[in-house]
Amino acid sequence: MTYSLGDIAISLALVIGGAFVLVGSIGLIKLRNPMSRLHAPTKAGTLGVGSILIASVIYSFAYGEGSLHELLIMIFLFVTAPVSAHFIAKVHIHRDQTEQKLPKPPADTDWATKHTHARDNGQVGGQIGDQIGTDADTLS
Amino acid sequence: MITYALYFGFACIAIAQLLAMVRLIIGPDVGDRILALDTMSINTVALIVLLGLAGGSQIYFEAALIIAMLGFVSTVAYARFVLRGDIIE
Repeated sequence: MTYSLGDIAISLALVIGGAFVLVGSIGLIKLRNPMSRLHAPTKAGTLGVGSILIASVIYSFAYGEGSLHELLIMIFLFVTAPVSAHFIAKVHIHRDQTEQKLPKPPADTDWATKHTHARDNGQVGGQIGDQIGTDADTLS
Repeated sequence: MITYALYFGFACIAIAQLLAMVRLIIGPDVGDRILALDTMSINTVALIVLLGLAGGSQIYFEAALIIAMLGFVSTVAYARFVLRGDIIE
């Protein structure tokens, strides 16, 4: 039982595409970080769908008149996948960065005015620094 | 041989669709749900193309293209709604 080259190419593209789509969704389930979950299906999904569309193109050339319509879907997916991934990443950042997770502002010890005050009175600069620090704490 | 490869592809994409649906249900945050919806729309495009391959017809191509476009638009609309509280400002 022999197979033609087109059959082998179509079958290979189909198997690769299905495996990539499956791996992308397994990553969507298994990974722990939201950003890692974003990484898995966006790349593997587009690659898998691209492979399946290539299989469809080869099939149409092998068993019909041949058509390149599927390249339209492929180009569209390749163009829009980074845009949607960017939007989803922005949603993750927007929802995950709460006020408590932001880093604390650094201590204000390097102010240019501190030294002039410190020359007059050693306590004043420290007081200003503490006051600014508490202001930043209440703001954050 | 193409038949078995088609069966394999159908099984893989069906399982992938189910896993994405699980993530859609248990997703701890809104971003995960948007991502699961986006993945499901892309998987649907692949599934429709496979259906066209199995049926040997070109009719399913337009459906796949429309679902790809609507999936992208819905993902962007959902993300913008979460980000800005409005879709078209």
